[in-house]
Amino acid sequence: MKGSNLPFQGTVEQERQLRDKLAELKPQGGALMPALQYAQELYGYLPYEVQKIIAEELNVTLSDVYGVATFYSQFSLFPKGKYQIGICLGTACYVNGSGEIYDKLRNILGIESGECTLDRMFSLDATRCVGCCGMAPVMTVNGDVYGKVKADDVEGILSKYSAKESKNNG
Amino acid sequence: MDEKTLRKIKERLGSDIAARQAHLAKQNARFERQVLVCGGSGCSSGNSKKIYDEFAREIKEKSLIGKVNLVMTGCFGLCALGPVVIIYPEGSFYANVKLEHVEEIVDGHLVGGKPVKQLLYKETVNENGEITPLADTDFYRKQSRLALRNCGVIDPENIEEYIARDGYFALLKALNMPRGKIIEEVSDSGLRGRGGAGFLTGRKWKFTYDAQSDVKYVACNADEGDPGAFMDRSVLEGDPHVVLEAMSIAAYAVGANHGFIYVRAEYPVAVHRLQVAIKQSREVGLLGKNILNKNFDFDIEIRLGAGAFVCGEETALMTSIEGKRGEPRPRPPFPAVKGLRGKPTLLNNVETYANIPQIILNGSKWFSSVGTEKSKGTKVFALGGKIHNTGLVEVPMGTSLREIVYEIGGGIPQGKAFKAAQTGGPSGGCIPAELIDTEIDYESLQSIGSMMGSGGLIVMDEDNCMVDIAKFFLEFTVDESCGKCTPCRVGTKRLYEMLCKITDGKATLEDLDKMEELCHYIQDNSLCGLGQSAPNPVLSTLKYYRKEYEAHIVDKVCPAGVCKSLIRYEIDPDKCIGCNLCARNCSANAIRGTVKKPHVIDPEACIKCGICETVCRFKAIKKVGGKK
Amino acid sequence: MINLTINNVPVCVKEGSTILEAARSIGIKIPTLCHMKELSELGACRVCVVEVKGMRSLVAACEYPVYEGMQVYTTTQRVLNARKITLELILSDHRKDCLSCERNTNCELQKLAYKYGCDANKFAGETRNFVYDDSTDYLVRDNSKCILCRRCIAVCKKAQGVGVIGANERGFKTHVACAFDMKLVNTPCVGCGQCITVCPTGALKEKEEIVRVQEALANPDKYVVVGTAPSVRAALGENFDQPLGTNVQGKINTALRYLGFKKVFDVNCTADFTIMEEANELIERLQGNGKLPMFTSCCPGWVSHAEKNYPELLPNLSTCKSPQQMFGALVKGLFAKKNGIDPHDIFVVSVMPCTAKKHEKKRTITDGMPDIDAVLTTRELARLIQENGILLNELPDGETDSPFGEYTGAGIIFGATGGVMEAALRTAASVLEPNAPYTKLEFDEVRGLDGVKEAVYRIAGKDIKIAVVNGLKNVKAVCDKVKAGESDYRFIEVMTCPGGCVMGGGQPIKATFVKHKNEVAQKRASVLYKADKAMYNRRSHKNGSVLDAYANCLGAPCGKEAHRLLHTSYSAKPAYVKES
Repeated sequence: MKGSNLPFQGTVEQERQLRDKLAELKPQGGALMPALQYAQELYGYLPYEVQKIIAEELNVTLSDVYGVATFYSQFSLFPKGKYQIGICLGTACYVNGSGEIYDKLRNILGIESGECTLDRMFSLDATRCVGCCGMAPVMTVNGDVYGKVKADDVEGILSKYSAKESKNNG
Repeated sequence: MDEKTLRKIKERLGSDIAARQAHLAKQNARFERQVLVCGGSGCSSGNSKKIYDEFAREIKEKSLIGKVNLVMTGCFGLCALGPVVIIYPEGSFYANVKLEHVEEIVDGHLVGGKPVKQLLYKETVNENGEITPLADTDFYRKQSRLALRNCGVIDPENIEEYIARDGYFALLKALNMPRGKIIEEVSDSGLRGRGGAGFLTGRKWKFTYDAQSDVKYVACNADEGDPGAFMDRSVLEGDPHVVLEAMSIAAYAVGANHGFIYVRAEYPVAVHRLQVAIKQSREVGLLGKNILNKNFDFDIEIRLGAGAFVCGEETALMTSIEGKRGEPRPRPPFPAVKGLRGKPTLLNNVETYANIPQIILNGSKWFSSVGTEKSKGTKVFALGGKIHNTGLVEVPMGTSLREIVYEIGGGIPQGKAFKAAQTGGPSGGCIPAELIDTEIDYESLQSIGSMMGSGGLIVMDEDNCMVDIAKFFLEFTVDESCGKCTPCRVGTKRLYEMLCKITDGKATLEDLDKMEELCHYIQDNSLCGLGQSAPNPVLSTLKYYRKEYEAHIVDKVCPAGVCKSLIRYEIDPDKCIGCNLCARNCSANAIRGTVKKPHVIDPEACIKCGICETVCRFKAIKKVGGKK
Repeated sequence: MINLTINNVPVCVKEGSTILEAARSIGIKIPTLCHMKELSELGACRVCVVEVKGMRSLVAACEYPVYEGMQVYTTTQRVLNARKITLELILSDHRKDCLSCERNTNCELQKLAYKYGCDANKFAGETRNFVYDDSTDYLVRDNSKCILCRRCIAVCKKAQGVGVIGANERGFKTHVACAFDMKLVNTPCVGCGQCITVCPTGALKEKEEIVRVQEALANPDKYVVVGTAPSVRAALGENFDQPLGTNVQGKINTALRYLGFKKVFDVNCTADFTIMEEANELIERLQGNGKLPMFTSCCPGWVSHAEKNYPELLPNLSTCKSPQQMFGALVKGLFAKKNGIDPHDIFVVSVMPCTAKKHEKKRTITDGMPDIDAVLTTRELARLIQENGILLNELPDGETDSPFGEYTGAGIIFGATGGVMEAALRTAASVLEPNAPYTKLEFDEVRGLDGVKEAVYRIAGKDIKIAVVNGLKNVKAVCDKVKAGESDYRFIEVMTCPGGCVMGGGQPIKATFVKHKNEVAQKRASVLYKADKAMYNRRSHKNGSVLDAYANCLGAPCGKEAHRLLHTSYSAKPAYVKES
């Protein structure tokens, strides 16, 4: 099954808002696009549970909803983490071992490109060249650029962000 | 809202707005000075909102309220110089304004009464240190602003400023005209669709008018998706009411009471200003029931696109408004007969609509006096690429490419040679240097294998590889194909693969023939305009730069030195002093050598990123395999 | 009327016709791959392009309307070249294992590729990431052969109102699949297999059970019996070049014996059992015992649809098993006992016009044994016959075996829409009015291809309003009415496939352009009605084997033993099951 395998964390309140909005949109023709736009705004992405609600309320098939959701590039099936990690797989980075770093990230985080960790802390995206070939291999976290990264550095970089979180919580 | 109120508003604000044009700057405005901050997207990304706030703060602090009128406008056009601020009555054009300049400008100019010369755009200061009118600069002199007449002049979030510029007077006039007469006027003007193919606007209106139906719709295509084009965005951001007024006129003429604007979600500023404009129009009764007491009801809904280039195609756009996958459907039936929700629908793009009120106010003859035989009026272009004055320009149809590139655009940076101009985005083609004197209109562009498209104009110099350019556009089309018909879904993919084969140096001359055959096939067989025009970037480059293709194929050389598989880097042993800097910066560990001895690049390991060339202080490293 | 010329031949057609229709009217066939009249008029494949004088580009004949004075050319060099390249592009993204493909020699793409002399490797390049889905008991989707004609999508949504598949993603990545690329088994798919019958290539096919049947036949410890459904005889001949509408039951019986089946029965017989039970159940309900209206339950697609979409209507479904399931239960229950065979050694094969039956076979288990062990579609039987070198057309007609080979005309007409209703009415009327000189045998109102047919019959002094639905999309309006308590129907027959079982998803595939679907449905149904008419016994309760079984083993219809063997129950099921 395509789409995020993270447990759905939508709240009752969100569902109520979504259903209210859908009830408002339904009488207008062509409600599906505005519905998906609203839902993505509300939940950050368009998981199975949300698309089911939309199909149900608008009285269209789930297949129709999904077909539209995957046609337009604005819609996403995956949530984004609080920290968005990009790993450059452009040529320069790749020959310098960004593939290894990518593997390491996938191992540590337990997710694939485009996905998000269970605690929604990190999401991972393999990107095209980010234009910092001189610093290859490059990874970015929410815009912070890390150059000349070695596979052994990955854990340290991630723990910086995890530590920031536990500090915030503690 | 009625005629009397409209006139009152115009009277009250008219002179203020008139004073915002350099040649009318002496007119009596209610303010000592007016500060116009550009709120277009280009300047906004350069923090113009903060600059505006800073002006507001300074004006308050220095007790200038009442004396100085601060306005955030739409795009001035000269995006290359953003953020831009203009102060009237002097018409002083401050370029590249930074937050820290604001106080200096306020103190010097607004309080002290003297423009801060060192912050002015240098072309508006002559060698004697005198300020010259902005309208006399190369960039503006050749332009004639019709669709953009209010952009950069009025506050787009203030309906009264629009009214003061004759806004909604065209609607008033139209509502007093027989419907047929309106359509005649638009037809006679010779106005053609500004979104692409250049269909006669009046004919479209007539078809929709003729269609028998209880319900009709008007729609506005604001799904500007060409890479490098931002004409429609600028109109929506700078003058949203012109679109609303034009749609109202169109709706009245064809017999519709409901309108849709389909706008890209990627244009948040445009969406916001449209929302504000619609709200204001509803509040004063210029949208809604019984508009201007003429027993005409009309309202407009905004629908957001969600990131699909194909939705710029008219049938796909309507399918998308209906909430489906934005796949085009066959024509006929045409939208004028069977469009949105199966009802007759009039669809024009933003720039087309922007011309309508002026045509109604001034008459078709006035409009058709500008332009060429078959292409009337003006056209807005988004100038980009290898050119000094990137930005938005509006010129009469028939202006030559040379005038646009060298006079308005200021020529090519670093003294490089003009190689080509690309118009029409992924649907268009390249105009080579030998055709730079082409007078641009719909016919001339089509005859040389390009098209007007929505108006992106990308200039390329000798460092651009034309095969690479074609590949760039094809990659875009492959990504954006809706996937419905075979020629576009599979054909463009195969075309892209063939181009990759060429830029990889793996193609044969036979492949070139096959590619050409495939191009013509895709043109001839695709379902919609996107597919039919997808091969244009390939065909036009093939037509004018065949030698460059052949160089890739036969000599395995990329003459512009762009295609990575066909270039290599070499170290000149005479110039290399063995400083080791290149080797230390090489991300691929491809450079070997001992200190103080000439180094060598291992071509097998080199990934051609070009870092070594950049870091070498002795110009010892050169890209070769380019020009022979 | 519009006048135009096609290849310089004058044509006059009615306004609104397409070029394709105009050409067809004068005997010119324009090739198509995506077109299906009224269901799918996309203009997507572009195989049907033609040249129209004055037009810049070629136009798709399947959707382009004719106009006065139009000059059309269907076979210019430009047109032929274009079609060839279109086919070559399609082939560049198509897995070409034609030699061993299910649809070899019956593939629309293959035929056209041959006709246009295509070079299948001319545009070789990247191929898509393919969905392969064999999660259900009845269907396999192999998208490596999908050419994105989208006919399956149209038939699923527009003809059946199910809509579990659609086009996902866009551009070169576009592919046909369920939402979230879920497995079909986790969706509200009912298994009707209509998508298979419209697929121009081998991208869709039934889940094969030929090998399992062959293994059972080769196993000396297995007692393998077979029964064929009414509709099989009406269509199997098509796969042996017999004209549409040829009854080949006699040859089927012989072929099945050649194949080694110990007993060749006929599901027509158990259809008669179904009527005995169902007619009596209806009478009970009419007398106040049970909910009305009663829906038929012999169509597994409908049963599955009801379980997933109309849980509140499940008490309205007849509890009778389908003829197929009754067949298994009777063979393993009655026949085994009578002949001293351990029912566990019996392997029951049914031959069905239907793919959903493959799923149904697991539905009911009696005494710990599944009623049915294997289900072959009509197409699979044809292949099995061919694989075994049996020349069907040259076979003498054979008879069926006793006891479940005897049947009445009522059992035969089950295969056509309205047939179950008609058969039930024949028996119900006789039971309710035992003394009336009741002669009505043919209930014309319930025959024919309309999506919803209604009639009122006066039986035993009461008006009984009935409805017959075929094509699952038509069931919604009827069910909504019943749910809302606004329906005065007493008995409703539902068949998933438009036209009933003769048009089932397991029937021979007739390329959509060969014949109009309705014509195929009519011709096939006519086989059944003709056979019915030729029968001496045309009422189920006149079937000797049936009467014998009730007298000696089952007791009264709808009685305790009959219930144990011949009835079932239903439970609500989720439409979608999220995959983890």
